[in-house]
Amino acid sequence: METKLEKTENTSELRYLTPVEMDVKTGKKYCRFKKMKIKYIDYKDPDFLLRFLNEQGKILPRRITGNSLKFQRKIAQAIKRARHLGLLPYVSDLLK
Amino acid sequence: MPTSYKEVLIFLKYIMMHYETVFIVNPVLSEEQANQTAKKYEDFLKSKKTDIISKESWGLKKLAYSIEKKKSGFYFLFEFTSSDDNLISEFELNFKRDERVMRWLTVKLDKHSIIYAEKRRERLKGKDKKEVKK
Repeated sequence: METKLEKTENTSELRYLTPVEMDVKTGKKYCRFKKMKIKYIDYKDPDFLLRFLNEQGKILPRRITGNSLKFQRKIAQAIKRARHLGLLPYVSDLLK
Repeated sequence: MPTSYKEVLIFLKYIMMHYETVFIVNPVLSEEQANQTAKKYEDFLKSKKTDIISKESWGLKKLAYSIEKKKSGFYFLFEFTSSDDNLISEFELNFKRDERVMRWLTVKLDKHSIIYAEKRRERLKGKDKKEVKK
């Protein structure tokens, strides 16, 4: 943090020319199912599946959740089953 | 062990398949009537000589969206094994003909989900015991 402050003070004129430094998370995304060794995703557990939905009840893409393709497919399958059984909504607002 | 292709087919026919069915019963009925409906399907499975591994009643639950203009329903879950390949189509035909059942889903369980189902049952048993202690 100290180095950053110095930089902005020294180059006060150049402040608007250089892009603003932001703290971006650098941790690599990982598939939580591979890491936790979960083999089966249950469609009867809507509270768990809620993690992979956005506010409108849409399935979150892989680039956000970091799931591997194999488990993304399984999640999508489980969510669709839960929707069929009325455990999760097809469309909604303010799900969380 | 089977050797020829024909024998393999016969062999496969007698392999036990593991299934799981969830169905929703109309909330207009009383709880007793809903349980009777579930009992009817249990008897059907028994008459087809299936092994019922577990049956669960989740009670009256709120639906995430309205089905047949109802906002809740009685949920039931059956887990069973069978080697009869016509069983599921017959079983689901009964659901189709029954007005009391609003929705159903039958899933074939693979080796991972069988392990999961066993763990889930144990977990639920543990919960029940805790509640009794309280």
